Amino acid sequence: MEKLKSPRTGGILVLCAIIAILPAFLSNAFQMEIAILIFFNAIVCIGLNLLIGYGGQISLGHGAFVGLGAYGSAILSMGQGWDPLLAMVIAAIFTGVLAFVIARPILKLKGHYLAMATLGMGIIISIVINTEDQFTGGPDGMYVDGLSFVTKQIHWYWIIGALLIFSVWASLNLIHSPIGRALRAVHGSEVAAEVVGVDTTRFKVMIFVVSAVFASVVGSLGVYYSNFVTPDIAGFFHSIELVVMVVFGGMASTFGAVVGAAILTTLPQFLTFLHDYEHLVFGLILMLTMIYLPKGLVPTITAFFKKGDKS
Amino acid sequence: MSLLKVNDLSIVFGGVKAIDNLSFEINSGTIHSIIGPNGAGKTTLFNLITGVYTPTTGSILFDDEGVTGFKPYELAARGMSRTFQNLQIFFNMTAIENVMVGAHLHLNRGFLASFFGLPQIKKGDQYCRETCMELLDFVGLKKYADTDTDSMPYGALKRLEIARALASKPKILLLDEPAAGLNPAESREIDEVIKKVAERGITVVLVEHDMKMVMEISDHILVLDYGRKLTEGTALEVRNNPDVIAAYLGG
Repeated sequence: MEKLKSPRTGGILVLCAIIAILPAFLSNAFQMEIAILIFFNAIVCIGLNLLIGYGGQISLGHGAFVGLGAYGSAILSMGQGWDPLLAMVIAAIFTGVLAFVIARPILKLKGHYLAMATLGMGIIISIVINTEDQFTGGPDGMYVDGLSFVTKQIHWYWIIGALLIFSVWASLNLIHSPIGRALRAVHGSEVAAEVVGVDTTRFKVMIFVVSAVFASVVGSLGVYYSNFVTPDIAGFFHSIELVVMVVFGGMASTFGAVVGAAILTTLPQFLTFLHDYEHLVFGLILMLTMIYLPKGLVPTITAFFKKGDKS
Repeated sequence: MSLLKVNDLSIVFGGVKAIDNLSFEINSGTIHSIIGPNGAGKTTLFNLITGVYTPTTGSILFDDEGVTGFKPYELAARGMSRTFQNLQIFFNMTAIENVMVGAHLHLNRGFLASFFGLPQIKKGDQYCRETCMELLDFVGLKKYADTDTDSMPYGALKRLEIARALASKPKILLLDEPAAGLNPAESREIDEVIKKVAERGITVVLVEHDMKMVMEISDHILVLDYGRKLTEGTALEVRNNPDVIAAYLGG
């Protein structure tokens, strides 16, 4: 029991400490902005990691779910004048229902076919956002009022930081429950999972919906934070970025998703001198990760220390 | 009393009748073996019974309920579990976790309770871990409990599959070549495990090539050849049947 608990609670405590101390080291609004962006990305990645890392299903269209949350909130709060938080909840429910409807046929596919189907889904949603300009403002994007009661950047920092800690905690809870084991079993062997009573389709659909809702909520909050949204958020590159973060940080590792998001959100800031070659470097990182760290950063490091213990 | 009843079962794969009008019954509380030459349709029959394949024609009754075309997880909920000829282990988990997945149907699977890590989930897991540990002990794998399955020996994984199937608390357990690829010592260990499973009152259906094992532990033997029933009966009856000898030796 001790063994089960310590890495979980320990990891969460370390994360809390980092989030608590970090503002003292951030000297300007731009750095604070990057920190908040890391939190946003990390939350999406935690949800996506449940799908990719634990459930063993790929999604190359998760940017679209972030986009649906963002535009759902933008349209409902600005166009319809709804309360922003209500708009966020409705957008999340809508995204969840859409993910549910899409998931049934899509998750019957495996491997490349599933990748293609999710890719196509993402592109379709992205096209709709781009072309329905009477609602979305088209490629120019939309201005959105923020949350009236959160005005200072540091308040955003604490809110999103707290949400990140909650997401890590909930994700770990889920993994270490019968649902989490069933999910990993689906990844391990679908037929073996079925014969001990796991309805594999149900679990695949469930986790697809959960990860879509994570993405949608982040999309909504992101748009309230930045007061602006463009179709890029739902685009192909955003989807790929999210997958790279998960794979780089470590599949089937909740903390890996956070670390992956942190490193790959910060990295482009140091690579700005490369201008147009940024995507090239991103691709290179993915390739090198797949070759030298196929299990991702965090699981590789953990395995290294475990080995050290034994010898 | 018959626990499983198969009536006129057939399945066609692109013109080949892999199972051809097969009917038989399996009585509760027995060890029932299915034997036959390579390609006789033994594994196909297992896949039909456990819902991995859907039969072309015919019906299957389990516990007096028509279960033809049911999904494997629906059959698992009614008390049917199996192991696989080619290992189907969850290699991304430890041994004990593999067995705990087996107990899936008997645990609280509420989403919100799991998401918020409510005490009843943790308590249930704690209890599940203990009972699964007993099952690991039962198949002789207690020392491997927290070992990652990808670093366990083949023979141990074969027994792990049995422990996982038992965790689902089946009435009937189908074992597809549990001794395949094992050395004689490991084979004997599996032998003992199967006997102990039957002693627990679980009906065992066995596909096996190890004739010594089959003849020794089976109450009843069904012989298949080209998807048809060649004969069935006790070990003695089957052993002396000229058709069986012909099918195995060619004649």
